[in-house]
Amino acid sequence: MSEPLNYSDEFLRGILSGVRGIAMVGASTKWTRPSYFAMKYLQEKGFRVIPVNPGAAGQEILGETCYATLAEVPGSIDMVDIFRASDAAGQTVDEALALKDSKNIRVIWMQLGVRDDAAAARAQAAGLSVVMNRCPKIEYGRLHSELSWGGFNSGIISSKRRRIRIG
Amino acid sequence: MTKDNKERFGFETRMIHAGSQPEPVTGARQTPIFQNTSYVFHDTDHAASLFNLQTFGFIYSRLTNPTVAALEERIANLEGGRGATACASGHAAQILALFPLMDPGDDFIASNRLYGGSITQFGKTFKKFDWRCTFVDVDQAENVRKALTPKTKAIFVESLANPGGVISDLEALSAIAREAGIPLIVDNTMATPYLCPAFEWGADLIVHSTTKFLSGNGTSTGGCVVDSGTFDWAASDKFPSLSAPEPAYHGLRFAESFGDMAYTLHSHAVALRDLGATMAPMNAFQTLLGIETLSLRMERHCANALAVARFLESHDLVEWVSHAGLESSPYHALANKYLPKGAGAVFTFGVKGGYEMGIKVVEACELFSHLANIGDTRSLILHPASTTHRQLSEDQRIAAGAGPDVIRLSIGLETLDDITADLDQALTRAAE
Ligand SMILES: Cc1ncc(COP(=O)(O)O)c(C=O)c1O
Repeated sequence: MSEPLNYSDEFLRGILSGVRGIAMVGASTKWTRPSYFAMKYLQEKGFRVIPVNPGAAGQEILGETCYATLAEVPGSIDMVDIFRASDAAGQTVDEALALKDSKNIRVIWMQLGVRDDAAAARAQAAGLSVVMNRCPKIEYGRLHSELSWGGFNSGIISSKRRRIRIG
Repeated sequence: MTKDNKERFGFETRMIHAGSQPEPVTGARQTPIFQNTSYVFHDTDHAASLFNLQTFGFIYSRLTNPTVAALEERIANLEGGRGATACASGHAAQILALFPLMDPGDDFIASNRLYGGSITQFGKTFKKFDWRCTFVDVDQAENVRKALTPKTKAIFVESLANPGGVISDLEALSAIAREAGIPLIVDNTMATPYLCPAFEWGADLIVHSTTKFLSGNGTSTGGCVVDSGTFDWAASDKFPSLSAPEPAYHGLRFAESFGDMAYTLHSHAVALRDLGATMAPMNAFQTLLGIETLSLRMERHCANALAVARFLESHDLVEWVSHAGLESSPYHALANKYLPKGAGAVFTFGVKGGYEMGIKVVEACELFSHLANIGDTRSLILHPASTTHRQLSEDQRIAAGAGPDVIRLSIGLETLDDITADLDQALTRAAE
């Protein structure tokens, strides 16, 4: 059994408010796939999500061109969101580490069910923040009290009045 | 809440705050009653995202409503679960809990000592869906193992059973469920999350009749299903509603797309959508108010009930008392293990003189209310054989702890001496 993962709300909030560009490795063209759901949601929240998937390279997903590799993504990336099996995550992490300075990669995020402790340690040693076995859509929704809509336990206890964007 | 993150706040704090942050538009501190059926879309793309479950938000109150959602989150939080689905009654919760698990021809195993209404629902009405229930005496966990078939989809018990002071050995039952690859469903109505943290003992799903101690003062019928978020629905092909493509959502697989949120999302987006047994916002509000004082009420309910049980145990006109808090109870050891804060407030006793005497005692009470409910601030009394358990056969009644001489009490929060005095005068008058 691996150790449970503990991420404070402050840590996750810091990541999600600090990044804008997200390269989504393993993005899918099929709208019923979890990655498509996450991409659409994150776009609505103002993130720029660039899909990466060699099988869909050159195609458009939700208005963005899909690239075959991280290296081909133009401009700065901020965060790499990994929608791949755990045993393939390490390779993506190493690709990201090789590009971290040229593409300003500061965060590695592995999706729900994806975890590679050794790769996470390599990324942390290189100065990156790492989140594993979480979904940024779910965490964003939870931290912004959206998740409560469906009866989910957000774990948030607060008597502060939230500031909301109107319109 | 993800299982990896520990609760930061205590139970009492969470029963007041969980699910109820200040309402952001007005700053209203108490949860508003959103007496409202439907929610405006920004545009058609937003509507499409909502209907496709791609974004979080309200569509229509048959599926979700903000006041009901606040209650769901609060109960999910208190139970330590991932999510919850509130609905119209405890019985609706039992249908909802089983709905994603069962197909026609499937079976599930249930305790033969459940609340009488549950035995009727499972044994009679569920037959119409071709859901088959095998009732067993779960005190011998082996009985459950023997009743398993390849089509068994769940084990259903009450942590503390209504009415008889019977306690299920959750740890033993959960081991059998885990081995069989099926969920253990625990009705935690009588114990509440304050007395029994059923997920910590291995339950996978919890159901409640919120009508009882959660709402707490007899105003609102309601139910709730809570998912622990830890059962892997895709580990076998036993649960296709959650693991296989869902035709009504264009072939989406709930377990794959929503991970530990799959069960609760399915309960709203499919089960409530199509079964329609929604909780009303006003009932959710009343239940939220009730839960704010749950721990205080349960402490006093339990203390009063144990004192009344001791009083009756030494009464000349009483044959026996079945309360798991009494040293005389065969469930006393299980009570110490599973319900260390108190063995609940509902129990039974046998009057000398059988059926006739049982009816007379009930009718001679002045302070106790003669009615078919439990978990009220008021003390309640009932003769199950002639009321709640009437639909059962004599054998079923005896197995369920509702024989002819049995009287059920739900002890309220009145002054203890007034409660015992009323029972004393009723017993004495009935014997005259
Ligand atoms: C233990 C238990 N479960 C379920 C129910 C059914 O709940 P409801 O009456 O809210 O449908 C009851 C009601 O008496 C109960 O006592």
